Amino acid sequence: MNKGAASGIMEALWGWPPPVFDPAGPYASSVTTLAWVLLALGVAVTGIVIAALYVAIKGPERWRKKLGGEKAVWIGGIAFPAVVLTGLLIWGLALTASLTEPIRGREARVRVTGEMWWFRVEYLDPAGRVIVRDANELHLPLDRPVVLELRSADVVHSIWIPHLSGKMDMVPGRINQLRVEASRTGRFGGVCAEYCGGPHALMGFVTQVHEAADYDRWLAARAARQAQPVAAGATPGRPGAVVRDPAEPQRYDPALGWTLFRDTGCAACHRIAGTEANGLAGPDLTHVGSRLSLGAGILPNHRGTMIGWIADSQSIKPGNRMPSYDRLSAEELGHIAAFLEAQK
Amino acid sequence: MQQVAVAAALLTVVACKPPPDDRTSLSADAAERGKAVIERVSCGSCHAIPGIDWPRGGAAPSLEDFDDVGLIAGALPNTPGNLAAFVRDAPAAKPGSTMPPMPITAAEAEDVAAYLYGMNDE
Ligand code: HEC
Ligand code: HEC
Ligand SMILES: [Cu+2]
Repeated sequence: MNKGAASGIMEALWGWPPPVFDPAGPYASSVTTLAWVLLALGVAVTGIVIAALYVAIKGPERWRKKLGGEKAVWIGGIAFPAVVLTGLLIWGLALTASLTEPIRGREARVRVTGEMWWFRVEYLDPAGRVIVRDANELHLPLDRPVVLELRSADVVHSIWIPHLSGKMDMVPGRINQLRVEASRTGRFGGVCAEYCGGPHALMGFVTQVHEAADYDRWLAARAARQAQPVAAGATPGRPGAVVRDPAEPQRYDPALGWTLFRDTGCAACHRIAGTEANGLAGPDLTHVGSRLSLGAGILPNHRGTMIGWIADSQSIKPGNRMPSYDRLSAEELGHIAAFLEAQK
Repeated sequence: MQQVAVAAALLTVVACKPPPDDRTSLSADAAERGKAVIERVSCGSCHAIPGIDWPRGGAAPSLEDFDDVGLIAGALPNTPGNLAAFVRDAPAAKPGSTMPPMPITAAEAEDVAAYLYGMNDE
């Protein structure tokens, strides 16, 4: 289950130790090393400046002269920063070079596309064909490097999962690569780290790390569901997945929910594999029933948030590109939510 | 080393806190916990709720003046017990209610009720 409101974003930015100092994999570790060194240098320089200030105000006459002399400016103002910053740049680039290494062998590949204001996620096979379409969450195998192929559909976005890797821009018309690897299982939050307009601050996602064998099973199951042929008439979903909740006999009907979904126009923007719904303007909803969040990492996923989002996403995430459906009745929203919950 | 000491000190502080008890008092503690529950499950995705900055969804009535309503959802006498039962499983508490059951425990529902009653006293 979900930890809470703004969960993906909260998990990326909050916590103790702070996520940047709590790496969960080798790529993030090198970023953490860099962060500590920068912090230490920052503290050292601040210390030196404070000491110099003290000397300048209260120090003995002879010291003050020296501090104000030309030599001090040459050393402290030019030589020191030039040497330290150059060294830091070279060392930092070398340390983090591994993050952007191109694909070497059979690393898993996932294409992540920044969209205003959510993340399109596509799992690729070794030949680069899309086998699973998803959104707003990334599933990773434990201890295996994964190469993210980063694109943008509109403006510049940036992807940042502090526990797992560095920050990398998603630039329109370019493909950037970023490696991630996790050495412990669990959930890690991510955010868009480049202002991209409107509800940018509500653009996040969730990463889930599985044991390698679990990941393989998970991916195979999803790929099978995605390859399901279009079955006219039938209510979509994994076979057997559309069961009525015994606690709520017949109140909300997933089959009716599907009809409403199709006829209300949701299908024009959302795809559900194996159905006529093949819209691409919004997140793929084939697996929305097991999504770890709603609204791009900002809401937990349950019946209440699902209805709240569909009825009035514009209040929750002002400016996002899905209209609010306040014209749907509470009953209709219940049927649609029951249908979407069954899309695992 | 110092970090470890600080962490250990924090741990003792946490450990000294008495375990949460089951009393249904409308204490400030309960209200505080209730607020955390409301944020976690995001009641705000349908309701505007005093003290909750975000989200403030428009799918359901605002709870701004909820303190004063006579009947919960126009049906149930406004008592702590009824409110706790309603916020946890509205269709069970008020047959036909369109507020869906929420994923919270009975104890959490009591905390939520404490928060909803305390809202405008601040
Ligand atoms: C104009 C296109 C459009 C239409 C029509 C539309 N949506 Fe959306 N929908 C979107 C976009 C875009 C998003 C992503 C919003 C964001 O997070 O910024 C979205 C997000 C969602 C999400 C959350 C998915 C996630 O992973 O967070 C759900 C659920 C959803 N829509 C359901 C529906 C339903 C049900 C309907 C019909 C009643 C509908 N949508 C109609 C564009 C649309
Ligand atoms: C799917 C949207 C939705 C969510 C999420 C939701 N509610 Fe509601 N809530 C409603 C609706 C709809 C009503 C009106 C119900 C009725 O009239 O039976 C309502 C009514 C209420 C009322 C009675 C209001 C009144 O004026 O009498 C309270 C109190 C309440 N909700 C609290 C909560 C709390 C607390 C949560 C989170 C645990 C929550 N709601 C989550 C939709 C929602
Ligand atoms: Cu952004």
